[in-house]
Amino acid sequence: MRGNFARITKILSAGVVAAGLLASASAKAAEDTIKVGILHSLSGTMAISETTLKDVMLMLIDEQNAKGGLLGKKLEAVVVDPASNWPLFAEKARELISKDKVAAVFGCWTSVSRKSVLPVFSELDNILFYPVQYEGEESERNVFYTGAAPNQQAIPAVDYLMSADGGSVKRWVLEGTDYVYPRTTNKILEAYLKAKGVPAEDIMVNYTPFGFSDWQTEVSAIKKFGSAGKKTAVVSTVNGDANVPFYKELGNQGIKAEDIPVMAFSVGEEELAGLDTGPLVGHLAAWNYFESIDTPANKKFIDDWHKFIKNDKRTTNDPMEAHYIGFNMWVKAVEKAGTTDPDKVIDAMVGVSVPNLTGGYSTMMPNHHITKPVLIGEIQADGQFETVSQTPGLVMGDEWSDYLPDSKDLISDWRAPLSCGNFNVATGKCGGKGTN
Amino acid sequence: MLLLRAIGLMLLLTMASLLPSKAAEADLRATIAKFAAATGFSATEAVVHELAASGDPAVERPLSALADGNLYIRKSDAQVFVGKEAGDGIELLDPLSGEKAADAAKADLTKIKVNNGLRRTIRDALGTLTLRAKDASVRLAAAATMFKTPDAANIEPLDAAIAAETDPAVKTMFDEARAASILVSDKPEADKLAAISVIATRGDRDALSLLTSVEASSQGAVKDAATAAIGKINSTLTLWDAGQNIWYGISLGSVLLLAAIGLAITFGVMGVINMAHGEMVMLGAYTTFVVQQVIRTSFPGLFDWSLVIALPLAFLVAALVGLAIERGIIRFLYGRPLETLLATWGVSLILQQAVRTIFGPTNQEVGNPSWMSGSFDIGQLAITWNRLWILVFALAVFGVLLYVMKRTSWGLQMRAVTANRRMAASMGIKTPWVDALTFALGSGIAGIAGVALSQIDNVSPNLGRGYIIDSFMVVVFGGVGNLWGTLVGAFSLGIVNKFLEPYAGAVLGKIVVLVLIILFIQKRPRGLFALKGRAVEA
Repeated sequence: MRGNFARITKILSAGVVAAGLLASASAKAAEDTIKVGILHSLSGTMAISETTLKDVMLMLIDEQNAKGGLLGKKLEAVVVDPASNWPLFAEKARELISKDKVAAVFGCWTSVSRKSVLPVFSELDNILFYPVQYEGEESERNVFYTGAAPNQQAIPAVDYLMSADGGSVKRWVLEGTDYVYPRTTNKILEAYLKAKGVPAEDIMVNYTPFGFSDWQTEVSAIKKFGSAGKKTAVVSTVNGDANVPFYKELGNQGIKAEDIPVMAFSVGEEELAGLDTGPLVGHLAAWNYFESIDTPANKKFIDDWHKFIKNDKRTTNDPMEAHYIGFNMWVKAVEKAGTTDPDKVIDAMVGVSVPNLTGGYSTMMPNHHITKPVLIGEIQADGQFETVSQTPGLVMGDEWSDYLPDSKDLISDWRAPLSCGNFNVATGKCGGKGTN
Repeated sequence: MLLLRAIGLMLLLTMASLLPSKAAEADLRATIAKFAAATGFSATEAVVHELAASGDPAVERPLSALADGNLYIRKSDAQVFVGKEAGDGIELLDPLSGEKAADAAKADLTKIKVNNGLRRTIRDALGTLTLRAKDASVRLAAAATMFKTPDAANIEPLDAAIAAETDPAVKTMFDEARAASILVSDKPEADKLAAISVIATRGDRDALSLLTSVEASSQGAVKDAATAAIGKINSTLTLWDAGQNIWYGISLGSVLLLAAIGLAITFGVMGVINMAHGEMVMLGAYTTFVVQQVIRTSFPGLFDWSLVIALPLAFLVAALVGLAIERGIIRFLYGRPLETLLATWGVSLILQQAVRTIFGPTNQEVGNPSWMSGSFDIGQLAITWNRLWILVFALAVFGVLLYVMKRTSWGLQMRAVTANRRMAASMGIKTPWVDALTFALGSGIAGIAGVALSQIDNVSPNLGRGYIIDSFMVVVFGGVGNLWGTLVGAFSLGIVNKFLEPYAGAVLGKIVVLVLIILFIQKRPRGLFALKGRAVEA
């Protein structure tokens, strides 16, 4: 209890200090600094995931300033709170760019928030770094996607489950929350599975609402589907808060990972922190980064994070690594261009290569997606993931899925002279249409 | 000559069995040492197979340790140990004897990695090894594993185990596992037909799964028998499915009842549109979390009692907050429902953000006490303990509340104030205090609902958001001001929802329920059990 009180006072005093800092920061605004916008929800339903990303950005900016800033100037973070409200994201983005004159924005989590700010970024010509794994079918000139595209997460995950190591799965449950990311991902996966010769009766697709908490029927349907004499696995695009009751129900109904493994795309270390992971050992997740990765770069990152947040229990996760990569790429591109002018930086970004936390380098590709390794991890009793499979090389993000009829002919290349996000190779024209 | 040889063989065998000889142990140790050199899952799996092939029950310790991820290699000398967490370091135990060998820091050890495939292999291997274990539940688990992974090689050890078995339940499981193994062997057709009938009587999903694969891989009479058995099992399972839907519905209903019952008082009895009701539930859940934190750090032995300890505290915390809200805000707004709605909405946002600032935005872990984990079977119906306890708890809370309202003088005063405030005041009832205490009671009940809901939902600042709409739905549907209406409303909504879900899906099911309620309210604006009499018009 005393520890808790101490924490509370610490947080309160931190709040006071932060308020003081903000005040002094605005007083200093007259000085010449480079402003960086942070557009993450600090209240509302998405605060659970996005607050951490705001903190990691502040840490990265602090570290860069300690190294002497950028182009001889200090960096200054401008934090706004779009409060999990999608139209407010667009408003706050406009405020950051027009009023605060930021050089780049790091932000958004849900696809709908990203879609809502896209017109603002292309109208005012600024840069957005988007750090979360998403459904693809998009490539914008002003956006850099540092999270995974479906081929950097979903497809390798399914491949792993099909392999002998993953249990040679023959029957598939695609379980998701009812919104754009799971729907598009499942559409891609369904097409991919069918292309691999899985018959339609061996695929079950089911959606539940946001924040769903009564999983009894769904879990017993999975159990039923899994008793057809073929190895079955669940591919879960269940999002956010709904995961905890889902996993609790799986544990209670005795579905073991050895029998029906669940492969999740939205469950990271942060989500597991709210769970007793004992009954979940062996269930899987596919990401491009795990906190348990044993590299010097990752060890330093975790130590820095614990020092910055003053709590050594806080976990790190995949979108945090995406911001780490994205921020370092931006720094490098600004140095290369010699200016923070968004137009010049956008052109300088392609081809920039920075170390990631898994022991390799990530490179920005002409389609504004990056190269990453794909890791499959099993949940451990301590709430961490243990890597059981890793792609041999880096996988390049593919924005337009090759498995959807609408988008298979599209490519994106933002370099001159093509400079097009949806070039149709069949018709030779810019301006194809994807699935969304 | 033959006799001599037989005697010689017998002598050898007795010697081998009498002396769990140093040689055998050394062999096992040599095999275990191979883990250190095995790189990759397939190499580790080969060592597991080698250990299992020894048939020595002593290999159970290292194998289960491996499955649990507790087998370590010491980096300095490549020795293999079973590890046990002890403070910051790890206590190293001998893999065969289990005696303490040394202490080590985590950095000096390499954990042997396991994946699902490896865990499965170990489980299968242990199944054969533990058929003769002393503990009946271990034998039962072994039989269950063997049933799921039938193998012709299992028949012989199972025959021996069946002959020695005394526990009837375990024996039935052995028989079923043996039947499953016969189906995948090359035994004659008559044996297989008998096996199919054994499995058909088992009649659960595992049996169905096995028979489906048998049906696909066999011909003639065996195939026909399998088809017939599948048909039979399917028809009984359909009945059980209906039963299961009802149980799920009741269980969802109990959650709805718990969430709504506090609101039935603040909204139903007092008529306050309390948008901060969900946050009272959340406060209860966070109280449970704090209680568990204290117990974890200071009194780990009390963990199973954590919920019981949390109940009165959660009631108190939520009731006090409720009292403060009533005294501070709501009492100025009686008779102005729109303003009450907006004010309590604001309070709910303040409470959410306060909790977010104090505890952080992430989910907090609330553990399940052992008596609330797992499930048990009635026929083919799996009932999870936590759902059953929540049902019992919801009904108990309902009963206590009903008693308070109908049988105590406080309840009488509450009802009197609701029925006719001015008359009650002129009879000497202090109506402001009754209001405050009623609101505190409703909030407190929401708080203890939070204790129960922390067991099935995630404890985050948004916890209450998910329940507020459902709670209002239940109270309005059941009839405002009527506790029985809330009970019936909660259970009927739960059951309707769960019957729709398998056909319509969770998303559409919810929409259909909402539309049905809207239509129902058009027809009966006062809900299922409408209050009658003059009070309604007041």
